Amino acid sequence: MRTLEGLSIERPATLVGAVELLADGGQPLAGGTDLVVRLRQSESRPRRLVYLGRIPELRALSVEEGSAEIGAAVSHAEILSSPLAARLPILRQALSTIGGPAIRAMGTLGGNVANASPAADGLIPLYLLDAQVRLAGLTGEREIPLSSFVRGPGAIDLRSGELIRSLMLPFPAGTPLSYFRKVGRRRALVIAVASLGALVWETQGKIAQARVALGSVAPTVLRPAHVERALVGRELHAGSLEDLAELLSEETRPIDDLRATAAYRRQVAGSLLVDMAETLSNQE
Amino acid sequence: MRLEFELNGRRTVVNIPPGRRLLDLLREDLGLPGTKEGCGEGECGACTVLVNGQPTLACLALAAHVQGTAVCTVEGLAQAGELHPLQNAFIEHGAVQCGFCTPGLLMASYALLQKNPNPTRHEVREYLAGNLCRCTGYDQVIDAVLSAAKGQRCP
Ligand SMILES: Cc1cc2nc3c(=O)[nH]c(=O)nc-3n(C[C@H](O)[C@H](O)[C@H](O)COP(=O)(O)OP(=O)(O)OC[C@H]3O[C@@H](n4cnc5c(N)ncnc54)[C@H](O)[C@@H]3O)c2cc1C
Ligand code: FES
Repeated sequence: MRTLEGLSIERPATLVGAVELLADGGQPLAGGTDLVVRLRQSESRPRRLVYLGRIPELRALSVEEGSAEIGAAVSHAEILSSPLAARLPILRQALSTIGGPAIRAMGTLGGNVANASPAADGLIPLYLLDAQVRLAGLTGEREIPLSSFVRGPGAIDLRSGELIRSLMLPFPAGTPLSYFRKVGRRRALVIAVASLGALVWETQGKIAQARVALGSVAPTVLRPAHVERALVGRELHAGSLEDLAELLSEETRPIDDLRATAAYRRQVAGSLLVDMAETLSNQE
Repeated sequence: MRLEFELNGRRTVVNIPPGRRLLDLLREDLGLPGTKEGCGEGECGACTVLVNGQPTLACLALAAHVQGTAVCTVEGLAQAGELHPLQNAFIEHGAVQCGFCTPGLLMASYALLQKNPNPTRHEVREYLAGNLCRCTGYDQVIDAVLSAAKGQRCP
């Protein structure tokens, strides 16, 4: 473990100030729950961090008619205690499984996205909602779909001098049922072995439309298109989706690692789909 | 950097590197060793303190994070020589064995009761999920928090 005392840390109060410091070689620091752990373990390190927690645009959370915008430096706990948590149950379900209360109070949604872990719980609802990432840089702003912003584990389409300003969440039409569950080795603070989130629109006992997102079974969070299509017209009850578990695992590309083998991750993803049918049928 | 913040109700000014961990600042620079270091990686909760009322892990927070905030540590719980009702409840319920996790558990419990003065057993268990104890087990701790919730107002 190394100390971080050689680091310089700037605390800009404006977006422009932050972007200038980043363009000059700084690295963003938000809650530090990923970065501080990572920097203490690594040999090489940036010389300058740019703390983002004072920038009003990054600390704002606004809800409009058909969408919401969450500033990148808003903490998970702040989102959970906002009116948005009631408007988007899928967001509440996923964010409330992140770490314990202290990790949720410190960690931010922007940090969760920038970290781009295939196991990131915050990414699951964002993929399900077809979120857009709003980026700010020296030459202006751009907006891109989250699914093209995240390239692979820890890899994002962030240009030099850019930061994530906010996440834009279009509200889904109607009132879909929502499901989130992660499987890990310990209940609190677990990094998922596999996770599954879903939004399911039902009419007359049958699925009219479904969105599914899987965590930890590929280099990025994944929307299994074949399964989403195959779900249409199906019923929700205990055991009703068992035959789709196979199709789901064909769409995964898991890795073996410390926490689980690829085969186990595939199997868990299939079981989660089956669990989803039962859980949602009890919810109606 | 010149760090200015409120520590257990007292205005505090120190000159320290911005990358110094809050944990080292408290224990080494400011002589408050009540906050413990278990894992140093955010996993165990032994270093839990409150920053602006929010539970915070002092092993992950840097000096730069606490500029201008109000920090409360376990040393700030007892007032005028009287233990806080939560501390008394921990003693009465035998919720302490080796004691290493206790300051973190106390601060997390305190944060919970501030937000939710009448938690259910399940809510206490969920809220303390980020605090590990390797000897006593959690039942006595939960009993203590529930009984303190019944008999007290947080000051
Ligand atoms: C004990 C523990 C348990 C955890 N449990 C979970 C869990 O259950 N689920 C989960 O998903 N995660 C978990 N995490 C990981 C972490 O807490 C989250 O990913 C958190 O959301 C990261 O946010 P942060 O603000 O702390 O990021 P930081 O650590 O401050 O930053 C992370 C990375 O993002 C970059 N960054 C931050 N903000 C921006 C921005 N606005 N623009 C561009 N780049 C930016 C930083 O430069 C850095 O590379 C856990 C971590 C710990 C220590
Ligand atoms: S020492 Fe901070 S969480 Fe373990």
